[in-house]
Amino acid sequence: MNARPLNDTSYEQFLGEWKIMGSKCKKCGALALPPRPLCVSCYSPEMEWAEFKGTGKLAAFTSITVAPPNLAKEGYGRNNPYVVGVVELDEGVKAVARIVGVDAKKPEAIKVGTAMQAEFLTKEDGGVRKTSLVFKPR
Amino acid sequence: MGKKKLSRGVAVVGGGLTKLGLFKDRNSKDFFAEAYLEMLGSVDKGFDPKEIEAIYIGNFTNDFFVNQAHWSPIIADLLGLVPRPVTRTEGACASSALSFREGVLAIASGLYDIVLVGGFEQMSKRTTEEVAEGLGMAASPYEVAAGFTFPGVFGTMATAYFAKYGADREALFNVTIKSHGNAPLNPKAQFPCTIRDFMNQRIERCRQRGEPIPQWKDEKDFLRDPRVNPPVAWPMHLFDCCPISDGASCLLLVAADLAKKFTDKPVYVAGTGQGSGYSLHAKKDLASYEATQAAALQAYEMSGYGPRDVQFSEVHDCFSIAEIVHMEDLGFYKPGQAYKAVAAGESRLDGPKPINTSGGLKTKGHPVGATGVAQLYEVWTQLRGEAGKRQVPNPNLRIGGAHNLGGTGGTCTFTILERR
Repeated sequence: MNARPLNDTSYEQFLGEWKIMGSKCKKCGALALPPRPLCVSCYSPEMEWAEFKGTGKLAAFTSITVAPPNLAKEGYGRNNPYVVGVVELDEGVKAVARIVGVDAKKPEAIKVGTAMQAEFLTKEDGGVRKTSLVFKPR
Repeated sequence: MGKKKLSRGVAVVGGGLTKLGLFKDRNSKDFFAEAYLEMLGSVDKGFDPKEIEAIYIGNFTNDFFVNQAHWSPIIADLLGLVPRPVTRTEGACASSALSFREGVLAIASGLYDIVLVGGFEQMSKRTTEEVAEGLGMAASPYEVAAGFTFPGVFGTMATAYFAKYGADREALFNVTIKSHGNAPLNPKAQFPCTIRDFMNQRIERCRQRGEPIPQWKDEKDFLRDPRVNPPVAWPMHLFDCCPISDGASCLLLVAADLAKKFTDKPVYVAGTGQGSGYSLHAKKDLASYEATQAAALQAYEMSGYGPRDVQFSEVHDCFSIAEIVHMEDLGFYKPGQAYKAVAAGESRLDGPKPINTSGGLKTKGHPVGATGVAQLYEVWTQLRGEAGKRQVPNPNLRIGGAHNLGGTGGTCTFTILERR
């Protein structure tokens, strides 16, 4: 596990294994998600992998009714909005992700601070399996 | 560490800005020529364009929007400025604030005395979806992968701000109504109309079609109506978002000691600052822009002025929430207080701290690469007392600011201009 380089490619590979993996500074313990090649707190290059539990709370969100082309193709848009947001994990770092299990048509009812739990969403696109991190209310 | 001051003063002695809007039948270099010709005519004592020593032109993505990169030398050729050095600056929606800053630094270094700076963008040749895709290239890849759009990033920041400070959509309405109040006073605005004008247009259309006449109590009632103000990315609705625009802007910069040769009303660069910012997931505070705070600190330190000294300012309002948050990051108001100040009318043209006298990006238009210098053009115009009907009603107007944001906050600048 430690042999994998600390980059986005490795991060995505780990998601495919249903693991949320970021980096931890061996010197000062600062965490980063996705992983960083160096510590941006103490600037030490001594980094290691760290696994995150996937629990946290909703820090901010939006419900998108004007979808980008790739999501419009999946049927999202004016009549079928979707929610994305920022989740602050219990370990103290944040993640941007799709938020499921909430009513995208009633964004005024979605509350910042709601306890969240990570899920892994795997999609097949042109023969390529891709797993992304999503969150739902806990 | 440097001394954080310019080694030599810099003054603005001329400026030009096209009418902003959608001009599909024109070409992006034509816009720059139009702004340039206005600038030539604006230099009070006249000047020989051959005296221009270098050019800096801001542009976000002519490459994507009109399939043509490396456009700056083509503009220099069009204007007869070859073989002077011409440099493109790219900072997404802050591209031309960077061209201005590079021009200032080049003169301050002593290398040049006279520099042309400006910016342009042509967005109308693409469909709305394509423009959204193009602008999305300036967002963080993590946000794009998660399904965020540009309005979505700002909508997300709005929910963070609302939750932190107890504000709601009313706060956004106040910004939109205020900006549209200034719009009819700006002859270059893309949408020179008030919210009341939009309401009347809609009522008239319903009357002509024999449809039921909408009964809106007031402007806020209109903005609350999803039929006329549909959601884009909660809580951002149509009237929270700036339009797609074409246009160009430019300013003539000269060394301060030469300024009086060009005009008796030079406007001086008091302070300039530029900062970088985090993607959403790495932000410590989702209701503020660290890039703006850094830029403001530099500009205040260089100028010796503080937020209270800045009498009026252009503030980057690509989305309504951005204007509120930046008013706090620039230090004009304490965190969580700007939305209350907007509600109290403080940022109106006749208020104690006029914000976006031009009507802002929401009403004036936002040809992204042209915006930074277009904002500085407004401040320059106001400081010369030449803003016509939208002139800030303060006989002692002396110090103004311009804040520009690129991407979702990755690049921010703040510039303080002054009359002496």
